[in-house]
Amino acid sequence: MASVLFTVMVAAYGAGAAVALLAGAGPAARVLSAAGAILGAGAGLLLGGHALATGTVWGLGAPDVVSVAGGLLFRLDALGAFFLILVSMVAAPAALYGVGYSAAYAGRYSLRWLGAMLNLFLLATSLVPLADNVVTFLLAWELMSLASYFLVLTDRDEPETVRAANWYLGMTQFGLAFLLAAFLRLAGDAPSLDFDDLRGAAAGLPDAARGIVFALALVGFGSKAGLIPLHVWLPRAHPAAPSHVSALMSGVMIKLGVYGLLRVGLDLLGGGPQWWGVLLIGLGAGSAVLGVLYALMEDDIKRLLAYSSVENMGIITLGVGAAFLFQSLAMPRAAALALAAALYHALNHAAFKGLLFLGAGSVLHATGTRDMNRHGGLIHRMPWTGPCFLLGAVAIAGLPPLNGFFSEWLLFQALLPGIAAPSPLVAVLMVLALGMLALTAGLAAAAFVKCFGITFLALPRSDAAAAAHESPVTMRAGMVALAAACAGLAAGALPVLATTGTVAAGLFGLASEPPAFRLWLAFQTPAGLARMSPPAVVAGLIGGLAVVWLAVRVFASRRPLRYADTWGCGRVGQTARMEYTATAYAEPLRRIFSAVYRPSEDVTVDHHPESRYFVQSIAYRASILPWFERYLYEPVLAGVRRWGRRAQSVQTGSVHAYLAYVVGALVILLGALLVTGAP
Amino acid sequence: MLLFAKMLKVGMATEPLGPPAPDEADLLHLVREVSAESRRLFGRALAVREVDAGSCNGCEVEITGLMSPVYDSERFGIHFVASPRHADLLLVTGPVTRNMEVPLRKTYEATPSPKLVVAVGDCARTCGVFKGSYAVAGSVDQVVPVDVFVDGCPPEPAAILRGILTALRRPLRP
Amino acid sequence: MSGSGDYALALGQAGLCLALAPGLIGLIRWLKARMQNRRGAPVWQPYLELRKLFAKEVVVSTNASWLFCLAPYVVFTSTLAVTVLLPILTVPLPLDGVGDLLVVVYLLLLGTFFLALAGLDPGSPFGGMGSSREMTVAALAEPTIAMAMFALALGAGSTNLGQIVARAMDRPSEAVSPGYLLAFTALFIVTLAETGRLPVDNPATHLELTMIHEAMVLEYSGRYLALIEWASALKLLIFFSLLANLFVPWGVTRSPAAGGLLLAALIYVGKLAVLAAVVAVFETRVAKLRLFRVPELLSVSFVLALLAITASFLSR
Repeated sequence: MASVLFTVMVAAYGAGAAVALLAGAGPAARVLSAAGAILGAGAGLLLGGHALATGTVWGLGAPDVVSVAGGLLFRLDALGAFFLILVSMVAAPAALYGVGYSAAYAGRYSLRWLGAMLNLFLLATSLVPLADNVVTFLLAWELMSLASYFLVLTDRDEPETVRAANWYLGMTQFGLAFLLAAFLRLAGDAPSLDFDDLRGAAAGLPDAARGIVFALALVGFGSKAGLIPLHVWLPRAHPAAPSHVSALMSGVMIKLGVYGLLRVGLDLLGGGPQWWGVLLIGLGAGSAVLGVLYALMEDDIKRLLAYSSVENMGIITLGVGAAFLFQSLAMPRAAALALAAALYHALNHAAFKGLLFLGAGSVLHATGTRDMNRHGGLIHRMPWTGPCFLLGAVAIAGLPPLNGFFSEWLLFQALLPGIAAPSPLVAVLMVLALGMLALTAGLAAAAFVKCFGITFLALPRSDAAAAAHESPVTMRAGMVALAAACAGLAAGALPVLATTGTVAAGLFGLASEPPAFRLWLAFQTPAGLARMSPPAVVAGLIGGLAVVWLAVRVFASRRPLRYADTWGCGRVGQTARMEYTATAYAEPLRRIFSAVYRPSEDVTVDHHPESRYFVQSIAYRASILPWFERYLYEPVLAGVRRWGRRAQSVQTGSVHAYLAYVVGALVILLGALLVTGAP
Repeated sequence: MLLFAKMLKVGMATEPLGPPAPDEADLLHLVREVSAESRRLFGRALAVREVDAGSCNGCEVEITGLMSPVYDSERFGIHFVASPRHADLLLVTGPVTRNMEVPLRKTYEATPSPKLVVAVGDCARTCGVFKGSYAVAGSVDQVVPVDVFVDGCPPEPAAILRGILTALRRPLRP
Repeated sequence: MSGSGDYALALGQAGLCLALAPGLIGLIRWLKARMQNRRGAPVWQPYLELRKLFAKEVVVSTNASWLFCLAPYVVFTSTLAVTVLLPILTVPLPLDGVGDLLVVVYLLLLGTFFLALAGLDPGSPFGGMGSSREMTVAALAEPTIAMAMFALALGAGSTNLGQIVARAMDRPSEAVSPGYLLAFTALFIVTLAETGRLPVDNPATHLELTMIHEAMVLEYSGRYLALIEWASALKLLIFFSLLANLFVPWGVTRSPAAGGLLLAALIYVGKLAVLAAVVAVFETRVAKLRLFRVPELLSVSFVLALLAITASFLSR
């Protein structure tokens, strides 16, 4: 059964890619290649679901392919199945959405290439969680990176896009180098590069070596996950890519960074000392707070969503770090709970971030601009996108009754036992992490009031927004599918939580009961019982809303609603110039957090040509200091360029010099062999 | 602490409203009978929005006195609000200048029904000393329908209060 | 798990809060009026105002969308839902296990979220300004509320409200422990910030540029305004209930007998009256803070909450 589904999945993605390349650029080809992707995603979803439901582990070996490096090996265990479900859940709606969205690129860019790369990207992303040896893993990983590079580069007429793609490529290769180093160090004396053998080899590694492997893996996977300070590619690449690709990258691909950390850190290495967890918690909390702070200052809707992804990856890493920490303190139940919370948040984030990016794509498709200062009033003109985006915004702000709230609640509950930990350092760290998590939650709510409110509400701030139209049916269907997924994850919180609990428990060697349907979520904390009932919260809110509405209808006045102008202190007329802009909305926070932002303002005043006493227009531009680029990346890149130029002096152009280099290298090599006595 | 000592020393500063003076009846003009529904609705809780349609601010000073501890309109349930959307009664002063004609009309349109308009001061009814000025568009009832005029230049806060309460047929004791 | 008696008790509790909330606002206004040496409106004035508002016409801006009409219901429902989850009369709570402290905090944030959106909807500059400021204050108050809650939860071993109250009742000495006192102060400052009272926001101001909460509501009329005003009164009642029953829980009964419930209700009203008097005196004494001084105040409360957790941790 599992093998059949696997074959269907690979074949469907492959067929989708082939159809896209061969069948031309017409609408039929687009639909067919998307159908291939949707079929593949469906198969992946069933495959993952089957594995989790039956609890069996499935394996497949293909030793003849790439046999020089050990052949391909696939294995589907609980963790891999969970991430496969995560990938497929977003892949299907995004592919459906792409059918309508990519029509805008017809004639300008190659749609064959877009469709093919999309299918290859989805195939690679689905194979990463199934990889069971280093070769398979790295092949799938690199295919994912390259395919997404080409996808980011779709709109290559824009110089911004090309720059963004270059940054992205650089960061992925940088990460790959570290991953290679990590795996090679981990492999050491292992007989083969299969993960089973690596597990055995890891048990015999000294602590220092394990630490090095972990650090290397953290850099490699952290750069993919978008953790500070390796996050700079995210706000560049995600806005530049086509929106369904952004949804996939933000919703799915960066989660695989967390998957890699879990696979290498927990599964292969089997956990480690305290500093692993502390480091992850620190990076996670820092990413969360900085991510949301930068998101608040953005005027570009997709950059805001990209920084929000950095924030949420920080939150997930916080949970993962807590899991590592609790495990090192011999508290496996607390560790499993923290990991379950992190995984649940990852699943939820995939759903609502995917939804938000698809919504942003709709807005971009309708208005032609990503600048929120040019949007406004779209809720009237886009009756499907508006409610979907609102649902996504409420979900990502972590508000009941949607899924984001339940995962944040669980994460808070999972971190609380840490305050009672024996080590005071750990307790202080947990307290600070909890405080930063709460701050993030509040700031995220503010960011998404800004995002939804400025884009969709009030009057249109530009002609493009005034002329906006609703998206075509495939785009709408994609958004509604993800909105339904969010609502489903909220209503079905208990079964989903039970499943993630099973996955997490398995990683810590705890016995796990099959998920049973209950109405209450209750678990033991060190001194008491933490309880909440997700179905009751959802039902209570929705039911309460209905009851209040009915009561008001019965008891309040029956006068009809009267429509009138907005109250503006009696002024005549109202234009969009009188509304709050995106820049203005975040201004109080810009001032309050000025130590982090170091904001600068640029005010240009144009006077009337005839008199200096009359002002014709004032342009106000607010910008913030890009810390990481200015103080980390620019110096490093400048240093690399400098050393590269110095190294150029080696290229003299003379054949004699090159021959001398060759002879010199041979002499050194032979000398080294003689000295070490190697055969 | 000095503040609380002072509060205790001053005691209750509100004066009872008392009956109107003998000649005060001429100062009050009820243009139309306030409907029974409005009287029932606004009897005990009335939200007032003050609109200065170009007055010299003499009436405004008196209206400010209405909110002071001496006259204390709040004991009758009358409180001032920040937006005409929250208001039941518009308290209009001043001859309506040309610049304030449209804002006054917009304020009236912004107020939800049922609503009342009380025009305060000589200027509001007859344009007072500004009658015939190039800057004046007309008296208040030429812009919005008025229910009660309270004459005076300026009328005393007690007279304004009695005007409102008489229109609503409320007793003059809280 | 909960019997029909529990549901009835929970609904009764919600009804009690709904009935008391406008009276609480009326009491604070009356006390402030008396401190200003004037008679003031009677304590039941807000009930009369609500009744009047429900009968008035609703005027909606032409620029507003369905969100404008939906928001008052969401704000009211989320705030009412919180009253069902609070320890007001009995411990353990009638619907114990449905929601804990975190659910309460996030339900209140849900109301704030929708109210902020509704401020942006009609497109007026005041609404946008109120919305921006309100979200700033709410975002900065979140960490403090969380830290104060966790200080209490640390002592009680769980974020379950009934458990926190029960533990304070069982160990009276904890109620005057440094952790509890610091958490009380922090939560009191947050109460003033979140419910829009002086020194953070003047609820009776007419100057739009000084408004935070009021500015978002300028566009509402009729029954929508009534729902929003009632919801803000409920929010004040909720914070007062938390301050009263989490920190001074005696008066909350353990048995749902009729006599015990009546006594509990009377004691509860008494505690609310005391807190109302404290807030009224405080509001009369202090002046409103400049908007950019409010973060300083909230950072002070955050530091107090951090100290509360440290104290709770050390005294465990």
